[in-house]
Amino acid sequence: MAKVVVVTSGKGGVGKTTSTAAIGAALAQTGAKVVVVDFDVGLRNLDLVMGAERRVVFDLINVIQGDAKLHQALIRDKRLENLSILPASQTRDKDALTSDGVAKVIADLREKFDWVLCDSPAGIERGPAMAMHHADIAIVVTNPEVSSVRDSDRIIGLLDSKTERAQRGERVEKHLLLTRYDPVRAARGDMLKVEDVLDILSIPLLGIIPESQEVLKASNVGIPVTLNNPDTAPARAYQDAVRRLLGEKIDIVIPQERRSFVDRLFGRRVA
Amino acid sequence: MQIRIRGRSFMAFVVLPEAPLVPWLTALRGQIAKAPGFFNARPVIVDFAHLSPGTEGVATLLTDIEALGITVIDVENIGDIPCAAPFRRHLLGGRPTGVVEIKPTVRPAPEAAGGGADASAGASMPPEPAQSTPGLIVEDHVRSGQSVLFPKGDVTVLGSVSSGAEILAGGSIHIYGALRGRALAGAQGFARARIFCRKLEAELVSIDGFYMTAEDMDPEMRGAAVQISLESGRITIAQQR
Repeated sequence: MAKVVVVTSGKGGVGKTTSTAAIGAALAQTGAKVVVVDFDVGLRNLDLVMGAERRVVFDLINVIQGDAKLHQALIRDKRLENLSILPASQTRDKDALTSDGVAKVIADLREKFDWVLCDSPAGIERGPAMAMHHADIAIVVTNPEVSSVRDSDRIIGLLDSKTERAQRGERVEKHLLLTRYDPVRAARGDMLKVEDVLDILSIPLLGIIPESQEVLKASNVGIPVTLNNPDTAPARAYQDAVRRLLGEKIDIVIPQERRSFVDRLFGRRVA
Repeated sequence: MQIRIRGRSFMAFVVLPEAPLVPWLTALRGQIAKAPGFFNARPVIVDFAHLSPGTEGVATLLTDIEALGITVIDVENIGDIPCAAPFRRHLLGGRPTGVVEIKPTVRPAPEAAGGGADASAGASMPPEPAQSTPGLIVEDHVRSGQSVLFPKGDVTVLGSVSSGAEILAGGSIHIYGALRGRALAGAQGFARARIFCRKLEAELVSIDGFYMTAEDMDPEMRGAAVQISLESGRITIAQQR
């Protein structure tokens, strides 16, 4: 039975697209058939982060409007053949996302794939509402700072009231993914602590992704961080998050960058 | 200088006089004798639907009714019947309620209470909606952007109220988790309403229109389990043991 996952946050710039790409790739590495869907119509980015931008012909809106068949719009990843991307349109606006059209696309994707990951745009308007509507599972991406936490809280409220599952009286399974976490700054009190975020949002923690240059490096070369350099701290954190998503019980640790002997000798900070 | 305005609703009675008016007024006088205080401090609207300009005594009807100690605030269906200007107020926003029955009272009329007359003191109160209003219970967290409005009574929240969320209750508010958003109790003008929470991190609390923002709260109380009440026009926060 296919699972539809929405990666959402309310606030922009917290790492939804990066996380969608990283989790999608890590899920595909387990052998599952995975598609990542970009719902950010008009501001598409997922194709860049996945390194598929030069192969986009048709997009989600073309499929919804019947200008292209679903298989024509799906782009297969070059590194993992069981990973696909359905890009967003850069030229249309969000009104082109009709409820019936989105429902049809999601239903078709459920037949073809084991995991359908929807990368939600920021905000709480039509785009995010469409991205979350059919979700079975939500990954709420949050940075450890107050505005991000409050926006996530708002999104959780919408997940509990506006989604198809909520309207059927069921619940969307919700997970918190804390991104851009800097243990040094958190210890200094410059950032919200993990406990504080969990206390406010009260949903289970899927993982903590440390702030890292590796994330930026990976998106610049268009490779999900979990594929680009699987040994880095953020890549390992995403891999752990995926194992938890698959039901494994793993203790939450904040992966640290591995420092070289010379760095340690001179006590250099990795921050 | 800020002008404070609050809403308050009263139930007005609509009486429908019928011709001939002399026996009708006698019957009304008889009813008042049986239920003294029934019309005490109650706004009354006179409906002329059953009367015409030719009805005997219609010109003096309003003064006759006022002579019985009834406060006429407006008229309805007056048509061509002559009417003194002070009675024509064209009040807006009336909502019909059921037929009111005048119940005879055994006790004598309560003495006109001096000063702030409490309408509920009248023993011969008309039947207000008699059923008790059960409180509203919210099983889950109230998330940012959500508001719970329950003007009829108390609200109990089993989870937390997030920053950016809002609870508005006619009565008291009970929060078993943390209060991080806004809580407005006694919103219909009930000064004895209170707010209780396990952990105070509120943005704003209000009782009966008086409010206090986070900035004015005693830092000692933040994070504590508290009870918030209104003491002579001041929001008062007390730690709960």
